[in-house]
Parts: sequence; structure tokens; C-alpha cells
Amino acid sequence: MAPAPDLLLGMYAGMLRVRLVEERVRELFATGRLPGFLHTSIGQEACAVGACAALRADDYVLSTHRGHGHLIAKGGSLRGLMAELYGKANGVCHGKGGSMHLADASVNYLGANGVLAAGCVLAPGVGLSIRRRGSTQVVVTFFGDGAANRGPFHEGVNLAAIWTLPVVFFCENNRWASSTASSLSAAGGSIAARAAGYGIPGETVDGNDVLAVWEATARAVLRARRGEGPSLIEARTIRWVGHFEGDPQAYRTKAEVEEGRRTDPIARLRRLLEARGLLDAAHAERVGAGIVAELEDAVAHAEASPLPAPRDALTDLFAYYPWSG
Amino acid sequence: MALLDLGDALGLALREEMRRDPRVYCIGEDIVLGLPFGVTKGLVDEFGAERVLNAPISEAAIVGSAMGAALTGLVPVVDMHFADFVTCAMDEVVNQIAKSRYMFGGQLDCPLTLRMPYGIGRSGGGHHSNSVEAWFVNTPGLKVCIPSTPADARGLLKTAIRDPDPVLVFEHRGLYRVTGEVPEAETLVPLGVADVKRPGRDATVIATARMVHASLEAARRLAEEGIEVEVVDPRSLVPLDRETLAASVRRTSRVVIAEEGPRRASVGAWLAWVIMEDCFDDLDAPIARVAAPDVPIPFSPPLEAFVTPGADDVVAALRQALK
Repeated sequence: MAPAPDLLLGMYAGMLRVRLVEERVRELFATGRLPGFLHTSIGQEACAVGACAALRADDYVLSTHRGHGHLIAKGGSLRGLMAELYGKANGVCHGKGGSMHLADASVNYLGANGVLAAGCVLAPGVGLSIRRRGSTQVVVTFFGDGAANRGPFHEGVNLAAIWTLPVVFFCENNRWASSTASSLSAAGGSIAARAAGYGIPGETVDGNDVLAVWEATARAVLRARRGEGPSLIEARTIRWVGHFEGDPQAYRTKAEVEEGRRTDPIARLRRLLEARGLLDAAHAERVGAGIVAELEDAVAHAEASPLPAPRDALTDLFAYYPWSG
Repeated sequence: MALLDLGDALGLALREEMRRDPRVYCIGEDIVLGLPFGVTKGLVDEFGAERVLNAPISEAAIVGSAMGAALTGLVPVVDMHFADFVTCAMDEVVNQIAKSRYMFGGQLDCPLTLRMPYGIGRSGGGHHSNSVEAWFVNTPGLKVCIPSTPADARGLLKTAIRDPDPVLVFEHRGLYRVTGEVPEAETLVPLGVADVKRPGRDATVIATARMVHASLEAARRLAEEGIEVEVVDPRSLVPLDRETLAASVRRTSRVVIAEEGPRRASVGAWLAWVIMEDCFDDLDAPIARVAAPDVPIPFSPPLEAFVTPGADDVVAALRQALK
């Protein structure tokens, strides 16, 4: 499958969008504008963008605590995201979710998640729903190398496999479960190899190569749409930043981050686009400026937006309240 | 009216709702055969294997997949097999299902029902006997109901399935073969409406599930002494019909709260606070409670019998409240 120029340019802009948003979010967090914890995916953008580029608008995504990139790549509005990160009333979840617990139903983004591997058991149910409705949608559930050691990963893969459900299990292996090395916590040396135990395809890809990610996901998605069942993709990537903002990262060397920067997925795709004559400096400048304009609009919108009324903490628990107490 | 047992009344509710709404499906372990309590037996013949899903023994995946399906257009009814096994899916129930509407700012419905067979009996032992409803009453975002009669069981399960939010239905496994009149016509029992199972002027017993029957037995015994006991069944705990409970207590001024679960930080402890808050000035005696001691449920019959609250315990508590 050779990607069309529009797709390549779209993935370039998509990755740059995630990168610029998260760099801006880090600044805002550092200056105390954003409450809570923050986990960014800087360096890992090829995973979210390559995978989502293989999806239709009506496909579903389940995400993780490091989920801004997935939401942005799935088409979520920056205004809704940014206002939510600020805890504002017009955030996509009215300030009740925040970075780690937000969903955007308008783009079938069924939620970031504060619990690792939680999406791995939700996904088979989404797949069941797709099949019962006679749809050709698919669901991609993202998770990390740490989550692959939790029971729900295994239960979810088994269920999706035994019932041949249209699910793509997408592992972003960034080498670290918080501060614990994958090599010290995941037996067998490969997450993708675990697929064999469930009789489904498992594939390892360079998670810093957006084309490789797109191709592997497109194969898995095609298989799922044809009713041939789930696949497991392990994309090996490097996060350039800490597990959370403020993480001193005493557990790893600077050399690893330098390795990440050397394999920067955005610079890599840009070189390819330039070599093919699809992008020049002026065009790249325009792409960046367009993203910055949209991003600054989202920040200004979030800054200007109202905080929720405190008593709104009591709303949204149930669809309706048929009782008084 | 038809005479049905509680298990068959639940099966009737499932059939009625599956006929009414093609989005409804059942999922659980061994449910095609209807094990272990017969509720889902025969459903597969009418609705097929796509709507009566025998799942692997993967509680997290059973419950988690039900949420994924509920968020995207289906209406799952999960059979928990034994409520004790919900511990293997606590993240899915407590962190995911209960919080999805709230955390996501009301964007998504999560219309799923968890059927929770629970309760002491027949030497089930430590992993097959527990009353775990208090955990979920203490989890915002879940509705919890707990029928004591076949008619209530059918009506509450139907309401639970139609609710756009997650509802847990606690089915006492000692009541599955208890019979009662069930209306021929389709009848729903709303959540949040208590039922006075026996009227009386001298004392109120607030009881759930099997303890409703123990309390009715206690009321019959005290009636022989001229003491008229009112038995009120909340039927749903979340939402709770505080008005009906308070109205009864204002008439009788004396209260016993009877449950089968352990005494500490329990549903009964919470209901005692509710009555205290709503009716403090109406009470003529301290609220008395019936509950299991704070130990796991033991295996051996005499040990199990010792920890199982019954009519004798309700009578003793009533005498205390009537002093």
C-alpha cells in the first residue's frame, strides 16, 4: 500500500499538531495554568497519528492516560480538549474528566483512561456492538507496555480472538511502565509475540516510523473490517519526556532521550516529504503557522471560558433523577 | 395472575425485554444452560447464540465488554454467576461503568444491567455466599435494587434493563424457588419506590430480599401477642424511597433494620442514619439492627446457621425496639 501524497502531508501535519499542542500544554502546566497530573506523548506521535490515519471517522478509539495525541489524531476539537485541560465548564467533559479521563463522543473517542489496560476489555464489547449492528466499523484500543502485563489485556485479547471481533490492540511500547523498564517487567521480550498464544496476528513495528505504523494498522483494520478478527500491533517508540510532568527520570539515561530525538518521527517524515518534493520550507512554514493559529485560538478560548459552577459537581451522574434524595 | 417462582419471574423479564428490544443481549458464564440457578435456561432457543453469549471465565472481559457494548448501542444484561465473583471485575464496575457518564460530562449512556446472584445458603462457603451490595451502594454512579418477591423481581429487572444507566439487581439465591403471584400483564416496578409488605402500627421493620420473608415470619409471630409489625421493603437502595420509609416510622416510632450482610459499614448502618436524619424526633427507642456478624461466611452447616440472620433475630430485635 503506497500512501498518497495527501495522506503523507496529512500525517506530517497531524504529528506536528500533536507535538505543538503538547509542548504548549507543558508550558501551560509549568506556569500553573492547568490543574492535576499531565502525561504527554512527545516523541510518540507517529503511533497515534499513523494508527488513526488508517481509520474512518466512524471508527472507535479507546485510549490511555497518555491520550491527547489519540484524541487529536482522531479529530477531536482542540477547543474542547484545551478547555477540559483547564477544567473549564465548556471543556469536552464539562471539567469532570480532565487530561486522563476525557472522552469525545462526537468523534467516537470512547475515553482516555486512568487505569492501565482498561480499554482492552471494553474493546471486545465495542466489537460486539459493531457486529450486531451489521456495521464495518472497527475499534482500536491503545495501551502501553506496562498495561500488557495486566489481566484485562489477556482477557480482552482472548475474548476478541475467540469471538473474531473487529478489534485492533495497539501497544505503544515506550520502554517504561512509569519508572519500571519493560525489560524488567514484561516476560518474553515481545508484546507482539503474545498474539501467537491467542492465535491472532501479532506484529512489531518501528513506532517512530509513521508509515510503518500506518501500514501495520491498515492491515489490521482491513482484516477486522472483513470479519477476520483482531490483531495485535506493538509499536516500539521512545517518550522524550517523563512519565508525568515533573518526573525527574532518575531511572533512565540521557542517551535514551537523545536516541529518541535522533529518530524523531516528525523530522523523519519531513525529510521524506522534502526528498519527494512534496514539502518545502515555505509550505512547512504555512502548515506550522496554521496549527499554531488553531492552537492559540484554543488556548485563548480556554482562558476566556468560565469555570464550572461548584454545584455542577452534582450533575451528570445519571441520565435522570427520578427521586428526591 | 400466574404463580411463578422468583427465578422464573426473572427469566420472564429477560424474555419480555429481549422480545421488545433487539439491542438487549445476555452474557455470562454457563448461561446457555442456565447455570447455576436456571434463570437463563432456554433463552438461547428463542434468541440464538448471538444474544445469549456463553463467555469464557473472564469476569473483567465479561463486564468490561458489556460497558463497551453499552456505550455503542447495545443493552447488555450480565449474569455475574455469583456476586462474589464481581471482585474479578471491580475496576470495570467501579472505575469504568459507574463513572463513565459523569467523567465524560454526560456524553454517553451506559445502559447495562448486572444480575448479582448472592446470599448465604447451602454451605456455599466463603466465596459463594456474600452480601456485597454495600460496596455498590457506596459507589456513586450505580443504581442498586434488590427484590424479595417474584413480581418485584420481574418488574425491577425490566426497569433495570430499560434504564439508560447501569443498574445492579441483587438476586438472593435462597429466593429463586420461592413462589408468588406475578401479573399476567407486563408490569414494571420503578426504581426508588418502596413497598409495604405488611402493614402494622407498633413497629417498622425495614428489610431486603430474604430478610423480608424472615421479617414477615417475625411479624406473624408477634401478631399472636397482639403486636402489629409493619414490614417495609425498599426494593431499590439507589435510588432510595426515603419518604415511604419515613412515613412508616412516623406511624410506628420504633424501627428494626434487617439485612443479611455483615454489620459493619453496611446498608443497614446507612439506613439507620437515613432514619435518624429524617425521623429523629419521631423515634421512641433506639433503632435496632439485624445483620450477620463480621466474619466471612463459614462452610459447616452449624457455623453457617449461626451467622445467618433469621426470623428469631428479627423477633429479638423487635422486642428490643419495643421496650
